[in-house]
Amino acid sequence: MSSLTLVVAAAALALGTYAFRLSGPMLAHRIDLPERIRELIDTATIVLLLAVVATTAFTEARQFAGFARPLGVLVAGVLAWRRAPFVLTVTAAAAVAAGARLVGIP
Amino acid sequence: MRSIWRTADRGLIRDVAVVSLAVALVAVSYGAIAVGSGFPLWVPLLLSVTVLAGSAEFLFVGILAAGGGPVAAVLAGLLVNARHLPFGLSVADLVGTGWRRLVGSHLMNDESVALALGQRDPDRRRAAFWLCGLGILLCWPAGAVLGGLLGGLVASPEQLGLDAMFPAVLLAVAVPALRRAEVRRAALVGCLIALLTTPLLPPGLPVLLALAGLAVVLIKAPGRTRT
Repeated sequence: MSSLTLVVAAAALALGTYAFRLSGPMLAHRIDLPERIRELIDTATIVLLLAVVATTAFTEARQFAGFARPLGVLVAGVLAWRRAPFVLTVTAAAAVAAGARLVGIP
Repeated sequence: MRSIWRTADRGLIRDVAVVSLAVALVAVSYGAIAVGSGFPLWVPLLLSVTVLAGSAEFLFVGILAAGGGPVAAVLAGLLVNARHLPFGLSVADLVGTGWRRLVGSHLMNDESVALALGQRDPDRRRAAFWLCGLGILLCWPAGAVLGGLLGGLVASPEQLGLDAMFPAVLLAVAVPALRRAEVRRAALVGCLIALLTTPLLPPGLPVLLALAGLAVVLIKAPGRTRT
């Protein structure tokens, strides 16, 4: 693939992504949303974020990613819920996943 | 900007630092994979600065490396990034107006949005959004370039458990929002929908379909207003 094609494709992805990012604030400032709807939008955002967590924790290339990764993420989730320090939570996820693979869990 | 620094206490700055560092580690493996699959270093650099959205970049590079066409790669990346539109409705007040809106919109990503929504008051929300956004703006490209330069020297990300790190960071920042039972129920249903549809649909779409989980909240809502 030529460099020019790559640059054009990258620019198209970047501009399209920026358009998605910019349209939210532009729309929200144009319409005055009632409190209940704002709350619902915040919930929607959390649902989207958690869906990103779930799909990246459990799947790889649209297939089951194996047990080690979700195990690490699960441990992180429990630690975060119990208000463990952030750095511990994140390191634990990597350590548990790496450790699981070390003992042969895929 | 000065008020952001005044609002940010040590705890918030530490959280932002941990998120940015974790993102940098993921970026190292991204840069190594991109260069390892035959792309020159400027490709992950250009993408990481201008697209600034990890999963879409991974997908874009992966499709092209597998011999897919550029149009397919762009469309796949855009589908994954479509979630930034609802994100923007949620953080519009934190982004601001004028030049702040033009810059702040680019700083909108999973981590900055999640960290912001987990804060108590509007000032802290704004500080979290901007600091985390700026931290990632620096760390994501820097990590990608480092990974691209180190290339094969970087051990496989799976061996270090780095693949578990990205979802773990996002989960950890989203946890404060999950203390409300209503949000938890909607998220649980949404996650199930996303997981069940992942094998069937192109990437990005299952995450958007998770919004159907909001039905749990909506169905309950009339009962609440009646009382």
